[in-house]
Amino acid sequence: MARYVANRLAQAIMLLVIVSAIGFAILHLAPGGPLSQFAASAQMTQEDLDRVTRQLGLDRSLPIQYLDWFGRMLKGDWGKSYRDGEAVLKVISSHLGATLELMATATIIAVLLGCWIGVLGALRRYSLFDTLATVGAMIALSIPTFWFGLVTIYVFSVKLGWLPAGNRETVGDGSFLDLLHHLIAPALVLALVETAMWGRFMRSSMLEVINQDYIRTARAKGLPEWRILTVHCLRNALLPMITVAGLQFPTLLGGALVAETVFTWPGMGRLFLDSIGYRDYPVVMGILMFSAIMVLIGSLLADILYAVVDPRIRVG
Amino acid sequence: MTDATFSTVQPAPGQAAWRRFRRHRLALAGAATILILVLGSVLGPYLLPFDDTYIDIMKRFAPPLSGAHILGTDELGRDVMARLMMGARVSLSIGIVAMVMAMAVGIVVGAFAGFYGGVVGAVLMRLVDAVLCFPTIFLLIALAALTEPGLVTTTVLIAATAWMWVARVVEAQVRSLREREFAVAALAFGSSNLRIMFRELVPNAIAPIVVAATLNVAKAILLESYLSYLGYGIQPPAASLGNMLNNAQIYLTSAPWLAIAPGVAITLAVTSFNFLGDGLRDALDPRMNIP
Repeated sequence: MARYVANRLAQAIMLLVIVSAIGFAILHLAPGGPLSQFAASAQMTQEDLDRVTRQLGLDRSLPIQYLDWFGRMLKGDWGKSYRDGEAVLKVISSHLGATLELMATATIIAVLLGCWIGVLGALRRYSLFDTLATVGAMIALSIPTFWFGLVTIYVFSVKLGWLPAGNRETVGDGSFLDLLHHLIAPALVLALVETAMWGRFMRSSMLEVINQDYIRTARAKGLPEWRILTVHCLRNALLPMITVAGLQFPTLLGGALVAETVFTWPGMGRLFLDSIGYRDYPVVMGILMFSAIMVLIGSLLADILYAVVDPRIRVG
Repeated sequence: MTDATFSTVQPAPGQAAWRRFRRHRLALAGAATILILVLGSVLGPYLLPFDDTYIDIMKRFAPPLSGAHILGTDELGRDVMARLMMGARVSLSIGIVAMVMAMAVGIVVGAFAGFYGGVVGAVLMRLVDAVLCFPTIFLLIALAALTEPGLVTTTVLIAATAWMWVARVVEAQVRSLREREFAVAALAFGSSNLRIMFRELVPNAIAPIVVAATLNVAKAILLESYLSYLGYGIQPPAASLGNMLNNAQIYLTSAPWLAIAPGVAITLAVTSFNFLGDGLRDALDPRMNIP
């Protein structure tokens, strides 16, 4: 086990290095590179620009600059926002809560609903329910999240007036019920794609388990059907879902960005788009790297957790 | 090609696959819808008396089915139907061209990684893993914001964020096919590595590649709509299904039809390609089991 974890950790660190190299390359792809913000200002003379270049160390060779940048990232110095001079990590962490709240709620809905649909679909394979669920999942995966958000706003906010059209809370209210009221629509919109995904994976995982020998053995022993279903089937079918959770993470994060845009949710996605609008490259790069690192850690945790619950993985 | 080269796919080729595909009614419906969308976007604009960029400020916000405008007009009095057809033309083209680009890169990377394995394979596939760490939409928007927006940029960027899945599929296929008799035989004949890779191995992995290509079109259309909706894709006055929704949110209360038509069109196009891909997967290789 320790060997497996060490192995997986080494892989993750290697990935982090490549990820950071890609991030660094993108940063230098910006028109004018990291200097562009200064060059845009009319008061800057060429001498000023040269001085800034030296101060920022941009006259050094790219590999040295990269090592320096990577080193500072590891130390937690991700630069300062152009907009208000706040440290990038601080800006990101102040928006992280809202995004995590949205993602967690959507995931809970998606896992419960998706697993239920998947299990039922697998048990009654090719039934009307299964067919409808499969077709429905495919359509759900094809609807653009932002458009579904617009439709939701139109129906439930504009027409019915049941739900607020956006934001995280009513200004001056902010009670638990008010927060919950604002959370419903964006969380459901984000949960749509996730539910479809979880449903499909759960269905195929369940189908795989149902045909295993130990299920037949359990039946042959005369165990009651509910016990076979919960203890033997469900427990084993749920295991691969840990991997699904890890795989789903980038999609979930991307979906949160889109949902936040439509519902003006003050999270990381909203911050990302605002920062792009302001050409606030340190924050843009920070969020890009931060989300990649989150994905990296997510898949690492999923793999390790899977190895803990399924001993077969550790040996392989 | 001998029979042996086909042994990964079901022994009975062509006809059995076509029979299985025909049974997949949703895939047929998808193919039909794609045909209608393509025909509509290619021929439609010529049949309509309105130009997609013609501004008629006196007739702004005409609701659907009122007078000559079947789907109404937008905030500048442009005919929504004409814009929808031109937008579908742009979105479908981007979807298909981006798919071709992503396939080209993905197949080359996957073939090299799968064929050579070892250090080359490890480096290439870790690169694939690393790019996949970035949530696609974040990466796409960041790249789009740093470059000049437009048709070409949008297409290239979508391809740049979509080739990794193809590479994974091709790598796995090539890695397992490499050990097969026909590949070993080709090597014994003295075929060059490149020839073995692209004349023997890749053609034998055509089933999963075709499926990946179809699903890739769906993905590319979806990504274009996200990018253009957020304002970093196709720029007005040119229409795309995504950028038609760009202003729709502002007029949601007064002119909801502006949001409905493009959204339905995107969903229809993406669903069709997804169903088609699903049907092709069942038809070409019943054993392939990617949920």
